[in-house]
Amino acid sequence: MNIRFDKLGVVIAAIAAYAAFLAPFATFRANRIVPGQARSILEALPATAGPLLLAIVVVAALVALFRTALVLRLAASVVALAALALLVGVAGTFLTSAGNTFARVSPASGFWILIFVFTLLLADVLTRLNLSPWARVGVLAAVAAAIGLLLVSGAWNDLSILKEYANRADSFWAEGSKHVTLALGSLLAAVVVGLPLGILCHRVERLRAGVLNVLNIIQTIPSIALFGLLIAPLGWIAAHVPGAAALGIRGIGTAPAFVALFLYSLLPVVANTVVGLAGVPRAANDAARGMGMTDRQRLFGVEFPLAFPVILTGIRIVLVQNIGLATIAALIGGGGFGVFVFQGVGQTAMDLVLLGAVPTVALAFAAAIILDAVIEMTATKRRVETA
Amino acid sequence: MIEIEGITKRYDATTVVDDVSMIIEPRTIAVIVGTSGSGKTTLLRMINRLVEPTSGIIKLDGADNRSVPGYELRRSIGYAIQGHGLFPHRTVAQNIATVPVLLGWDKDRIKARVDELMTLYQLDPREFGPRYPHELSGGQQQRVGVARALAAEPNVLLMDEPFGALDPIIRTKAQEDLLAIQKRFGTTIILVTHDMEEAVHMGDKIAVMDAGKLVQYAKPAEILANPASSFVETLVGASERPFRLLSLGRVRDAVENGAAEGEAIPGDASQRDALAELLWSGRPALPVKGADGKPLGRVTVDGLVKRAARPA
Ligand SMILES: Nc1ncnc2c1ncn2[C@@H]1O[C@H](COP(=O)(O)OP(=O)(O)OP(=O)(O)O)[C@@H](O)[C@H]1O
Ligand SMILES: [Mg+2]
Repeated sequence: MNIRFDKLGVVIAAIAAYAAFLAPFATFRANRIVPGQARSILEALPATAGPLLLAIVVVAALVALFRTALVLRLAASVVALAALALLVGVAGTFLTSAGNTFARVSPASGFWILIFVFTLLLADVLTRLNLSPWARVGVLAAVAAAIGLLLVSGAWNDLSILKEYANRADSFWAEGSKHVTLALGSLLAAVVVGLPLGILCHRVERLRAGVLNVLNIIQTIPSIALFGLLIAPLGWIAAHVPGAAALGIRGIGTAPAFVALFLYSLLPVVANTVVGLAGVPRAANDAARGMGMTDRQRLFGVEFPLAFPVILTGIRIVLVQNIGLATIAALIGGGGFGVFVFQGVGQTAMDLVLLGAVPTVALAFAAAIILDAVIEMTATKRRVETA
Repeated sequence: MIEIEGITKRYDATTVVDDVSMIIEPRTIAVIVGTSGSGKTTLLRMINRLVEPTSGIIKLDGADNRSVPGYELRRSIGYAIQGHGLFPHRTVAQNIATVPVLLGWDKDRIKARVDELMTLYQLDPREFGPRYPHELSGGQQQRVGVARALAAEPNVLLMDEPFGALDPIIRTKAQEDLLAIQKRFGTTIILVTHDMEEAVHMGDKIAVMDAGKLVQYAKPAEILANPASSFVETLVGASERPFRLLSLGRVRDAVENGAAEGEAIPGDASQRDALAELLWSGRPALPVKGADGKPLGRVTVDGLVKRAARPA
């Protein structure tokens, strides 16, 4: 038999070997802010579980290393990820002596690296399988369900991040919904304003360069500076415009965060609308006019549907960007997952930082996958003619 | 009737269409020929006001074409765009239904019309109706473009090189279909083409354009016999002239008394076809039969050759 190496597999196997044998699997701390002690896989897990996990990692890495069937690679990545997810919870329980509520066990670099490389393997397999948009959303739903199940089952309850969660369960969901509202609300506002602005820029050439330049400049202002810059004008509005304060407009809090995210969102929405409309084939526009469509019928019947995939790409950029940026809103009292991140940084409690960061990353990731699927679905039937 | 009176179009300093006047009689076909960039498309698009003229007037059945809003005017005029211009995001059936939908026809009537046109252009409605334009060949796309122009049964039809991408067999068929439709509905057609053969075959009159100017506008026989300039002469192709002239006449008009051997040729075949048959079979004469199969007489090589000569 002719044994051949898989290019990506070589990298995956090398990194997995390092992570499994040299990097710490878990960190143990006597309480939440003292420096931790590293534990390897064999130290962190009970007698049988440790060697079992090592064996699974080694086999999966070997499967990745050589050119093997896609099904096999799929199975290897899924089994490895599942074993890691389950056993990190076991490590939490194993390292914490019963009744000790101060001790903290958190996943360490070795765990995260292993998760990363096997996710890479899984992503590679899924890409090569060339899944349909619906199937990709299905995979996302399955993964989300599996994680949800693990959370509900209590398998991870002895991990530090969930201990932080247990202390803050109420505020976690409140901040979470604030985060999502902030990200989606500012996106919605940007679409409502940005689409007509984009259409206007497309139709009126003199406006185009000016508007896009201004939006470009806004985009380059660092987020913290923009939040700061908005405090004064919004504070002034709250003080001087009757009713503004009642609407929740203030110099600090949600209002400036919302406005800042909205301003950042405008450029991708407007720019993609302009690019999308400009990409509508001239012949299609010409035919639309030649058939007797009014300007409005042409806009909604021809230009918009043809530009839609490009505009959606802009919306995707905005959504992912907003979910990330909304974290910073906490700095000016805007709420969101950033609250935990900045509290954690202040208290040097990494677990608390993770409690804010992990859901943010997961949300952004899910949003990207879902919107990519939507974009592909709208684009397939609308392939642009080459004539 | 379409009356074009002193129409000029300028883009900045360049004059693209230069003081063109012509009248297209109702229920006739006017063919516009000319080199690339001579302003044919621009002239066509000023009729349905896709392009607004710099000066001059265009009247349709006596009414200035600016007397109704542009979009309303264009719904009443069929337009087969150069290079088909189908909507890539709409199916073939939806593309053809564009103008009827804009006019608010009811569903059944639209469906019946779409099916009728697709059948006429040899595209099975069930197979091709749900397809997208990029799933068709170039020739099929072009036929859909023509079907779309015909959909609302317009009185006036503007066609910009509608048969360019068709193979000779389908092209001939499409030309015959168009002539049949034109006869049946009395449509007035303006057709742009680069194909002189097509121009002579289809046109009641031919308009020759050169650098924005209308250099000659006359019946095909007249253009062939008396080209107005050396440009027109080159365009009609000096060496092809006698054959094009013959292709305008029917065999029945060249019948002489007498009999001949062999298979008879129908009286409404073109004289050109008769000459080709004579030359190919090496015979001096062919019998001619009427539509009912009765013998009408014969055509001779000598007789046809005389007819191919420049008219006095
Ligand atoms: N919108 C425009 N702006 C400037 N110049 C134009 C415009 N439209 C057409 N022209 C110019 O007008 C001239 C005539 O164009 P037109 O499309 O009428 O030519 P045509 O006879 O249809 O040529 P073809 O046989 O290649 O289709 C060309 O030189 C073209 O470059
Ligand atoms: Mg043209």
